[in-house]
This record gives sequence, C-alpha cells and structure tokens, in this order.
Amino acid sequence: MSMIRAEKMTYKYKIHDDEGHVIGAKTAVDDVDLDIAEGDFIAILGHNGSGKSTLAKHMNAMLTPTEGSVWVRGMDTKDMSKLWDIRQTAGMVFQNPDNQIIGTVVEEDVGFGPENIGIPTDQIWRRVNESLEAVGMTKYRHASPNKLSGGQKQRVAIAGVVAMRPRCIVLDEPTAMLDPVGRREVVETAKKLNRDEKITVILITHYMEEVVSADKVFVMDKGRIVMKGTPREIFSQVDELLGYRLDVPQVTKLAYELRKKGVDVPAGILTREEFVEAICRLM
Amino acid sequence: MSIDVRNLNYVYGEGTSFESRALNGISFTIPDGQFLGIIGHTGSGKSTLIQHLNGLIKASSGDILYNGQSIYAEGYSMKTLRQQVGLVFQYPEHQLFEETVLKDVCFGPKNQGLTPEECQERAREALALTGVSEDIFDSSPFELSGGQKRRVAIAGVIATRPKVLILDEPTAGLDPRGRDDILRQIRKLHEDTGMAVVLVSHSMEDVAEYVERIIVLSDGELKYDGSPREVFRHYKELEKLGLGAPQVTYVAKELYERGLPIDPDMTTIEEATEEIYRALTEKKTEE
Repeated sequence: MSMIRAEKMTYKYKIHDDEGHVIGAKTAVDDVDLDIAEGDFIAILGHNGSGKSTLAKHMNAMLTPTEGSVWVRGMDTKDMSKLWDIRQTAGMVFQNPDNQIIGTVVEEDVGFGPENIGIPTDQIWRRVNESLEAVGMTKYRHASPNKLSGGQKQRVAIAGVVAMRPRCIVLDEPTAMLDPVGRREVVETAKKLNRDEKITVILITHYMEEVVSADKVFVMDKGRIVMKGTPREIFSQVDELLGYRLDVPQVTKLAYELRKKGVDVPAGILTREEFVEAICRLM
Repeated sequence: MSIDVRNLNYVYGEGTSFESRALNGISFTIPDGQFLGIIGHTGSGKSTLIQHLNGLIKASSGDILYNGQSIYAEGYSMKTLRQQVGLVFQYPEHQLFEETVLKDVCFGPKNQGLTPEECQERAREALALTGVSEDIFDSSPFELSGGQKRRVAIAGVIATRPKVLILDEPTAGLDPRGRDDILRQIRKLHEDTGMAVVLVSHSMEDVAEYVERIIVLSDGELKYDGSPREVFRHYKELEKLGLGAPQVTYVAKELYERGLPIDPDMTTIEEATEEIYRALTEKKTEE
C-alpha cells in the first residue's frame, strides 16, 4: 500500500494587501504526482521557497491541496472525518527543537501526545519507554529538556512523535540548528526508525551529506518535483543541482573537480570511503 | 581596533540552585581586520561569549579591553561600544519590522542621530554591500525570500558602520546557494572595508573556507585557537566536543595514510583538488 500518494497536487494561496484586498496569487506546489511506498526513506531537497515545506504539510493534512488530491495510507486528506487518523499516521518534526518541547521533564514531554488521545496510563508509560529507547534517550528520561544539547532535544521531539505510533514521520529541516554531532544523531535516529521500526521517513534538509543513504531523493523547484532518483543518480548531476541552488556532498564535489581535470574517478561518489577507494585504485 | 578578552568568566543564576558556569577563564585577542570563526557544540557558550563583546552581558569576572580600554571601567560609554561592535543575532530577519526595506535599514543610523539624507546614504551603501538589489528597496521586507530577508537584516547592522561585525550563525536554515551567497558577500565586505568579522558557525566546511583563524569552545572553555589547518588537525578531539572536520580533511588524512604523498592537513575542496591531482600525476610520471 502507498504511504503517501498525490495526484495533481496543487496548492495556491492568495496574497492580500493591508485592507484585505486580493492583490495576487502564488502557487507553492504545482501539479505534483507522487507515490511513496510504506517503509521508504525519502529525502526532499530544494532551495528556500521551492515548496518543500508546503509539500510536507500536505502529508499530514496540515494543509489540503487547492486542486488535486493527497491520500495518506488511502485516506483522502480532504475528508475531515479522517483528520485525526491521518495525523496519527503521519507525524511531523520541525526545525527548532525549542518550539516543540512543552514538558519540563523529558519523559513527560514524550508522554504528552498519547495522554492527549486518552491512552490509559500504563500504556502511556510503555509507549514512553519504547520511544525513548528508539531514539536512544532513555538515560535522560528524568532530565529537564533545557539541559540537553540541540541534537538531544531534537531526539526528544522525535520520541514525542514516535510515542503516537505513526507509520510515517516527516522531518522538516530537523538539523538546521544543530552542531555536526547533533546532526548526525538526528539523521542516525531517523535511519534507525526506518530500519528497525519500518517507519516511513521523509527528510527535508539543506545538508547534502544527510541524504546519501536515502532510498530516493526528490528535488523541488518552483513547486514542482524536477529530479527524482537514487542519491547516486541525483548527485551525479552536479551542474543541474547547482542550477537549482543546491550542492553536492564535499567528496562528490571533489571527485567532480578531479574529473574535470581528467582524473579517472567515477561520477556520483557519495561517501568518504568510496572516494578514498577510487583514488587508491589510481595510485 | 582590537578586542582583548582577559580571563572572562560568566556564571548564570549565581547564588541560586540553577547556578551554572557558561564561560570559564576565556582569554584571546581579536586584532584589527581579522576574520575569526567561533565553533562549538550547541550550549558551548558561543552566543554568551559574543554578547559579552558588545557589552550586552556583563562578565561575572575578568575583563574586556576595546582599543586598550576596559569596557567595564566607570563611565565607559556602552553606546559607543555598541556602535563600534555590531552584532547580528541568529535568525536576524525576525527583527525586521519596517514598511520598506530601505526604511528598515535606516533604523540603525537614525538612532545614531544622523540626518535623513545621511541615513539613506548609509542604508543604500549597506544594502549594496550585502548584495541586495535596488529594485526591492521599496518592497516590504516581509515579501522577500529567506535569503533576501537575512541580507536586509545584516545590512541593518552594517549601516551603523561598525568596526567589528559579529554574526551568530548567519546561514542557519538557508539553502546551499543562499549560504554561499551570504558568506561570499561577508568576505567581500571584509576585504573591501577591512572590518573585523567574527563568524559563529556550525558548519566546519564554511569556517574552513572563509576564516583566517578559528576559536573552539566547549562547555564554556576555550579548547583550541589557530588557523583552520591547525585546528582541524585535532579532528578526533573535535568529534568528542560535538564537532568534527570538513569531509575533505578526513579524506586527505586517509589518503595520506594509504600512501598518497599529499598534505594531510588540507581543509578546502580547492586545495584538495590541486594536491590530489598533483600527487597522482607525479606518481604516474615516476612510473
């Protein structure tokens, strides 16, 4: 079954002046078809204003398309009676961890969601335990969130979503405010949830190195999906990506520059190991 | 211009049960015209430190000398200090408020008591320096893209003509091209005006590419101070501090260990391209 399916998804909004008159319209997502299978790890790249976040907000009915349709595990996001089921199926994690944490103790924060949907207490605790374990934060369950590092806070935010037992998690630039180790923690957590819990993951990011192990990468520009493929297929096209205001991981760039000078390294190198091996073969 | 930080300590909530030491015995000097990078894990004290540099936070103990004068001396004018040391906060676009781009950038100079003509001149100059095109000067700052808003906000500080420009993660949340654009613009500003720049960043690649010197903070202490090459040589220790080195540096070290005769301390793609190319061609001619 498809996790997320969209047909001719379009999202337009009107721009108003100070008096409330409509002075224009903008199309943030433009005629997008997509089909994300259950268990996939999808990365979405695109410059600021390319429509990534608007697209993401359609994946748990925070927005509904102005034209076309979106289905989350077969549920039409326009069907208001399915709203809560949709939101429990697909959870979201945002950029700033401080805006997503409301509890004064880590375990309370993680239990907030299940408590709100009326889960019995003993089951809440079970969910809290499992969620903290899944993101590797059990050790900090009694800590105050403001004592945690950025990466740890973001993992608590993810645990809060995991506690709702979603089938899909959409992470909208979850690493933008983190240091290098925090970024790695969050990306590794997302990968682990995908691998061990079979949760579908949709990761939006501006850091190219974070998407090299995704199953598929979508590149957005002007509200459309303009490139689609495996990380290797996408990152082999350096010039196209630069044209979309994006980049490639440093090692991919380095291999690309060396190729331009006539060094025989393959295109679309994604990791340090691959690069080192490719160069060693030439030695 | 020089800023001399001497044995700086800062304790939050001193005397309460929440007491925590944010800065611990920090000493360093920023000479005139330097492009300095500050890196450190989240919560390492970077933002606390830079807020000391223009007197927004007062140290618990220790001293800061601006041009040889203690900013904590009695009667020292904090207002003058803040005009000389401009601080761009994280997500500075949240502070945009005026009706038009030009008016927003005029706000700083206006508060310095300049005439409307002088304000306009300063604002136009600052917007040119940050690469904002003239056809959006009369637009509302709220209609701009993320990258443009950020540049307008930075121009707002530059318009006050500081001698030192401090930027707290100026590229957070921007796409790769937006990051490059802003950092190149800042480098150009540094080269054209000779302004000292302090860049706080979470991107090892960016500091390697742009700054002359890096200071590493961890848990409120200064751990390393040196050129990018010197600092990233400690990549293993940096990883333990929540940081790391640019991918290129790791690759250089691995290739060096595997026997490729290259400089193992490289930090930028440009250097690495040249070095690896040179080493491979030399090897071929030897054979």
